Amino acid sequence: MPSRSVAEKWTMKRMRQYDAIVIGAGHNGLCNAAYLAKAGLDVLVVERNPHIGGASVSRELYPGWTYSNCSYVCSLLRPEISRDLELARHGLQVVPYHGGVTFTQDGDHFGNYPDAERLHREMARHSRRDANAYERFEADVTKQTRLIRQFLLATPPDPTSFKPKDLKGLLEFASAFTGMGEEGLLDSVRFWTMSIGDFLDEYFETDVIKAHLSGSGVIGTALGVYSPGTAYVLLHHYMGEVDGNVGAWGFARGGMGAVAEALAASLRAFGGEIVCDADVHRVIVEQGRAVGVALADGTEYRAKLVVSNLDPKRTFLKCFDESDLPAEVVEQARNFKIRGSSGKLNIALDGLPTFNGLSPDSPLMLTDMHCTDSLERMERAYDDWKAGTWSQDPYVDMLIPTTVDPTMAPPGKHMMTVFVQYCPPTLAQGPWTPQARDAFGQTVIDQLAAHSPDFKDLILDCEVRTPHELEDEVGLTEGNIFHGELTFDQLLFNRPFPGCAQYRGPLRGFYLCGSGTHPGGGVMAAPGANAAREILADLKRPDVTPPSYPND
Amino acid sequence: MTPHDDQMLLDTPFASRVQAACELREWESWKGYASPIAYEDVELEYFAVRNATGVFDLTPMTKYRISGPDAAAFLNRLLTRDVGRIRPGRVGYTVWCNDAGMVLDDGTLFHLSPGDYRLCAQERCLDWLLTSALGLDVTIADETAEVAALAVQGPTSCATLRAMGLDGLEALRPFGLRHYPFDGGELMVSRTGFTGDLGYEVWVAPAHAEALWDALFAAGRDHLIRPMGNAALELARIEAGFIQAGVDFVPAEQVVRHGRARSPFELGLDWLVDFDKGHFSGRSALLKERAQGSRFRFVRLDVEGNKPAAESFILNKRGKTVGHATSAAWCPSAKRNVALASLEMPWGRPEDELYAEIYFSRELRWTRVEARCRIIDGPIWDPPRRRQTPAPDY
Repeated sequence: MPSRSVAEKWTMKRMRQYDAIVIGAGHNGLCNAAYLAKAGLDVLVVERNPHIGGASVSRELYPGWTYSNCSYVCSLLRPEISRDLELARHGLQVVPYHGGVTFTQDGDHFGNYPDAERLHREMARHSRRDANAYERFEADVTKQTRLIRQFLLATPPDPTSFKPKDLKGLLEFASAFTGMGEEGLLDSVRFWTMSIGDFLDEYFETDVIKAHLSGSGVIGTALGVYSPGTAYVLLHHYMGEVDGNVGAWGFARGGMGAVAEALAASLRAFGGEIVCDADVHRVIVEQGRAVGVALADGTEYRAKLVVSNLDPKRTFLKCFDESDLPAEVVEQARNFKIRGSSGKLNIALDGLPTFNGLSPDSPLMLTDMHCTDSLERMERAYDDWKAGTWSQDPYVDMLIPTTVDPTMAPPGKHMMTVFVQYCPPTLAQGPWTPQARDAFGQTVIDQLAAHSPDFKDLILDCEVRTPHELEDEVGLTEGNIFHGELTFDQLLFNRPFPGCAQYRGPLRGFYLCGSGTHPGGGVMAAPGANAAREILADLKRPDVTPPSYPND
Repeated sequence: MTPHDDQMLLDTPFASRVQAACELREWESWKGYASPIAYEDVELEYFAVRNATGVFDLTPMTKYRISGPDAAAFLNRLLTRDVGRIRPGRVGYTVWCNDAGMVLDDGTLFHLSPGDYRLCAQERCLDWLLTSALGLDVTIADETAEVAALAVQGPTSCATLRAMGLDGLEALRPFGLRHYPFDGGELMVSRTGFTGDLGYEVWVAPAHAEALWDALFAAGRDHLIRPMGNAALELARIEAGFIQAGVDFVPAEQVVRHGRARSPFELGLDWLVDFDKGHFSGRSALLKERAQGSRFRFVRLDVEGNKPAAESFILNKRGKTVGHATSAAWCPSAKRNVALASLEMPWGRPEDELYAEIYFSRELRWTRVEARCRIIDGPIWDPPRRRQTPAPDY
């Protein structure tokens, strides 16, 4: 064996050997690393971008304005994690907002008021029967959120395994289902597989009410309101909470970057390290075991184990030599359903725009706003995506965080975030171009301007992001915000795919902790904590992740 | 002079504005004044204090004007703190005790100008003040109805007040006070509050009250100002770890059953007791207590889970009751389930394993849980802006 040069030896000596390396400083990577560090491991997080956060970022892209330029509202972040990692002490404050509004084409609107009686009156203005049916709708959705919430901070049991842990998990799963009663069980199976359109048709008769409630069923997915599986997506958006108010959403004060910053502060408090501008070229595999990462610039970091916060597709197809992986896993990763469907506009405004029919003092100004008033328009918007173009009549989830958060823009000025469905990852005529991106942006601006006469005049700056930018800048494959579709074939023990659903990769010493694993996307941090629990179990170390709050 | 007429509940000088803003029309009596429990939404009002600016009408707070050549001597006899250290233009938090060393009330002492003080308290204590003034050349007057006041609390409170024309306010240190001309009269601002956040209290003559409210809300519009009621304030004060007379302790003069009063030591207020300053009411009793030990310990607990431990018994690990929670709430900014609790000695040591016995009902079924409690050492919620001078804009 040739002797190493002195320089080589010196480099090797200098190179730290870590206990764990986490690829990607998104919220799940940071959460995972924080728990590993809390358990006493020597942890390094490597991040490709010059800033941390992944899709939980706050960026000053226009002087004086802060944009939450990817994820933009917070609800799913598990309260157990937030409390356990002392994210409040580390600077995170989530300020709730309540309600929503959908503007109709005839100049009216439907206001989803936070106060139950006011909401009833508003619904009754459109349909008395719908107003009453809403109580049944709420109870039925709550039954489902209660069912799923107890499995968020748990590893999905493997139904093919006979390990005591898996059998116990399956038993818990079965008892939760049977605990809902016979009718509940039947309803659940339907709910988890049916479309949001069909589900809403069972309760409501008014177009605008159905359209308003359907949005949560399609946000972030490449599915239409009549595609099977979208009822579950609604559930995914309803199962979060802010301070015990299940289903509530809030703004992270200072933008969504505050979530990542607080997680990073917690990680550092436990002794963890983060390196930015560290683009992982490949995971180093030796004798069937992941032993470190090699960066694009040639730097190598070694560790006893490697965890990926990236989506499954990017992880297995971009960060490995294919020959290092079982062929089956490469195939599974190729077939993993992760389709870009959304775009985003971040807009700096010179003042608060006015909207048709709304007083500037209306509580509805502090809510999420939409412009699609029927399920038919929702479905047609999806048709455009299938044809390989952005929706000509897009669905928007639009908010003005500065009506709640004073830190995002100068006093009296405003920042608007507009999430847009649908926007394809590539266009029928070819890849995205700057011209096409701007045309997409203009379509969205025109859509909003139809309901706000002064909106266009107030625009100071507008960042337009298509799936192309989301993939290129954030690393989300095809720009899919959930790291993979939230359809039943890719949930629970099938997320991301069979064999990798318990956070363990196909190689020894390799793990997954991103939203491509159970329980999926949204800024939840549960995958990161769940993965940490499995890693610590493999290392035979005590579990330092928090137990789930009881389901009462 | 105390106002009286045929109304069951009195109006504060801000009533016209408060009534217009109080969409929920939920009122309660605060020392005979109509005081809103909530205006629109308790949660939004609470978050106004933690995220922007919340405005609270604190006019019903009992206020005494204390002046005269012997004012400082009188206050030093009354209060456990050394009044000489509260210089003109400064405010101090303090308690006062009876001769048995039991707390009568807590409150804030404003040193308005040399020898001229205002004492703000939850409870009425004129009788005790006058008794304590025997032999001293001091004037004591109840000025509760003569001073209108708003608490302006939260991260954008300084920016709001500056936008109202209070130039240089950012330089005011915590517990400092300043005067500004306003509406042809004068306005006093103190950097004080009951929320544990950046905040101020603004004091004016009742004639200027409506003008103050209007100017404040106009200036605060771009700083996301919002009026707040008692429910939101209660949540903020528990999160700040502040105690309240009549809730966390029974004012000693009102105690009927033997042994139910508390000393400052038994409320965790040791730091307010200054034995070096000379005589004060309760001093000998407190010296004795310090030597012989207290009966109770006041603790702030972080309770496992998210069910507030309101009115809960606190148990030791053998299930024996060792105390009870006096105030409790899930605290949204601190992300802690806080309980303030009074425990029998010696319980409440760091090593003690304590549980809160919590009952809650869901759809007609009651559940009982024993939630592990951990003693909070240090502040529960303590944002840097609370102390920063110059005060930040948000």
